[in-house]
Amino acid sequence: MADTEVLSSPHILEYPYSRSVGPVIGSFLAGLRDGKVLGVRCGSGAGERVVVPPTEYDPLTGEDSGEMVEVGPGGVVTSWAWESEPLQGAPLDKPFAWALVRLDGATTAMLHVVDAGSAGAMATGMRVLPRLVEPSARVGSILDLACFVPEGSDSPVRAQPAEPGNPAQPDDPAQPDDPAQPDDPAQPDDPAQPDDPVTTLSTPIRLDYRFSAGISQSRFLRGLVEGVFIGQRCPRCAKVYVPPRGSCPTDGVPTTEDVELSDTGTVTTFCVVNVPFQGQAIELPYVCAQVLLDGANISFMHLIQGIPADEVRMGLRVRAVWKPPAERGPSLESVLCFEPTGEPDAPYESYEEYL
Amino acid sequence: MSSMGRAGVAPAWRRPVAVVSFAQYPTCRREEHRNEVEVLMPVVAEALDAVGLTKDDMGFVCSGSSDYLVGAPFSFVMALDAVGAWPPLRESHVEMDGAFALYEAWVMLQSEDIDTALVYSFGRSSSGNIRRALGLQLDPYTMAPLWPDSVSLAALQARVLVDRGIASEDDFAEVASRCLRNATSNPNAQVSGTASAGDLMRDAYVVEPLRRHACPPVGDGAAAVVLAAGERASELVERPAWITGMDHRVETHALGARDLADSPSTRLAAQAAGLVGGVASKIDLAELHAPFAHQELILARALGLADGVALNPSGGALVANPLMVAGLARIGEAARRVMDGSAHTALAHATSGPCLQQNLVCLLSDQPGPAVLGGARTAGTAGTGGTAGTAGTAGTGGTAGTAGTAGTAGTGGAPGEES
Repeated sequence: MADTEVLSSPHILEYPYSRSVGPVIGSFLAGLRDGKVLGVRCGSGAGERVVVPPTEYDPLTGEDSGEMVEVGPGGVVTSWAWESEPLQGAPLDKPFAWALVRLDGATTAMLHVVDAGSAGAMATGMRVLPRLVEPSARVGSILDLACFVPEGSDSPVRAQPAEPGNPAQPDDPAQPDDPAQPDDPAQPDDPAQPDDPVTTLSTPIRLDYRFSAGISQSRFLRGLVEGVFIGQRCPRCAKVYVPPRGSCPTDGVPTTEDVELSDTGTVTTFCVVNVPFQGQAIELPYVCAQVLLDGANISFMHLIQGIPADEVRMGLRVRAVWKPPAERGPSLESVLCFEPTGEPDAPYESYEEYL
Repeated sequence: MSSMGRAGVAPAWRRPVAVVSFAQYPTCRREEHRNEVEVLMPVVAEALDAVGLTKDDMGFVCSGSSDYLVGAPFSFVMALDAVGAWPPLRESHVEMDGAFALYEAWVMLQSEDIDTALVYSFGRSSSGNIRRALGLQLDPYTMAPLWPDSVSLAALQARVLVDRGIASEDDFAEVASRCLRNATSNPNAQVSGTASAGDLMRDAYVVEPLRRHACPPVGDGAAAVVLAAGERASELVERPAWITGMDHRVETHALGARDLADSPSTRLAAQAAGLVGGVASKIDLAELHAPFAHQELILARALGLADGVALNPSGGALVANPLMVAGLARIGEAARRVMDGSAHTALAHATSGPCLQQNLVCLLSDQPGPAVLGGARTAGTAGTGGTAGTAGTAGTGGTAGTAGTAGTAGTGGAPGEES
């Protein structure tokens, strides 16, 4: 099969993740919102350390950590790396330094960025100061700290709010014509008051992929454009799989023989959807069924229409209703639904094995 | 870290287990034609066929992969088709590199009610932007929202080596030059070449101080290993690669609380695996899962390997780094050289998480004897309480970088496409 015949498409994984932060991280985030950086005491005596960002436990011993203490505001860069082409989501949309910064009074370093203008302005051991976003834009997030700046630089200590998750530039495999971005659930309805605890954190996630259907599924998907179901037969057990995935899940061997299947089949089992849900596109109630195509040895899910929901039954004989050729694409959406053929119901024994 | 030397648990494993077969898919920049199952099937079949076994002979099946690579939930369930999972197998999966799946299988084989196990892993690193996806394994509260990427974090680690005078950018290039040269005899490598370190120093930075050659190529691949215990191993092959010890340890996820120039978790895992006393001097070769050039230097120091030890004779992860596979491939490459008689004793290492956060060490020998087995065991964790992986990617393995290297040949993609 030629390269051009394998189908691929953009695939976006995106979710606004809400997390409970707990008392220690919550205090740290509330501190950032209120314009200060907090660490936590760990260990005791000569082994006492101040861990920043704070953890609920001593990262060395696992013991409970102690009281929160304010650190900084300034600190020292303990390592840095120059990012000349910021990736999507980076805190700054211009070249910057990733840095480990050990704030004054802290024992450990925290990861953040330094807006230094050029790599030449960066050095391990250099002193930096935090630049916070405007107080009204702070939400209790690590991004309330916009970046660090070299101490003594003329940079303002206030910055525009960062936009979490938004791209500094399009992600590599992303479609440049798809500007869809997550809503920003981190924006509060009302400005927080000092000392209000931070209990949750919203972290929008977006990853862009290019999904490749592979050889077998590409054949199946192209068949749908032509109005045929193409399955594949296992050379060992002779079972026919549709949609085919190029392998027999029983024998673990490649399935290479294509089989054109009928577009009639039998409802093996079904359910009636009565409850509305987000993204619902079909009028309720409707029937979702497992359809076993004639000649196939595995069923797949599709819609049953052209019959009242309360009359759908196991064994019902159905036929695919195809979209008009011009509207079909390499997707199961090329099949609008299945509807009754009018034949007598299939005997239970004929599909018993597929339940 | 004072907590790391805690005295410990007596070795529970005394049953000799060996690698008897290894197969891998030639790593390529992007496997467009085959889905994960289609990539895996020939690899699994090759590993089983080599020892005349079928999946029905396997007492246990364990796989390693990450759903984040292709953005598909439960992709490992579909991948089971490659084995033939009906009727149901006794199987398990780790959302990690296959080396950690091999560890689970090794532990299972101690139960003595099974004699064989199949371990496989697959990674389609090319589907998304792997540098960003790996950022999601970080602390989701204070790190992941910054979207730090895998190459940048590795660069922070490399800088520490340079600042402390432990290694220079020239040293990174020397590592890369040797790995690329070694890869010229590795048909499964994605990139290879004969460029000198001096040539490589002309490469551009991806993230300063890491140049292209110091970062791994992005690629797709798969690997499979068959393990067998006791007599069964000797029946199957003439020279089993006996696992004389294996352990893995993790460090805190608080990056700024670690000494990035060292790898105490590697050292501890090696000790627990039996790399004590004079054992280090008996190691013929080491396959180290160092996706970035400077990480090989850190690992070799932490392990205390002698100068004569052949490092990454396959070329290592700098020449083929399919995520979730590259660690298992280190064990496979080391075992292969024990099985073919080119080494008596070998060390294999696998890593997971940013900047070598979690490390596994596996010692292999052509002798199952007790020389190394169960050697001085120590317990305790490197940085107790530090959990590997967050944001749902339980320690997704390794790190990825750029494809291609100036002056290298091979099947790699265009230089810099991921940078």
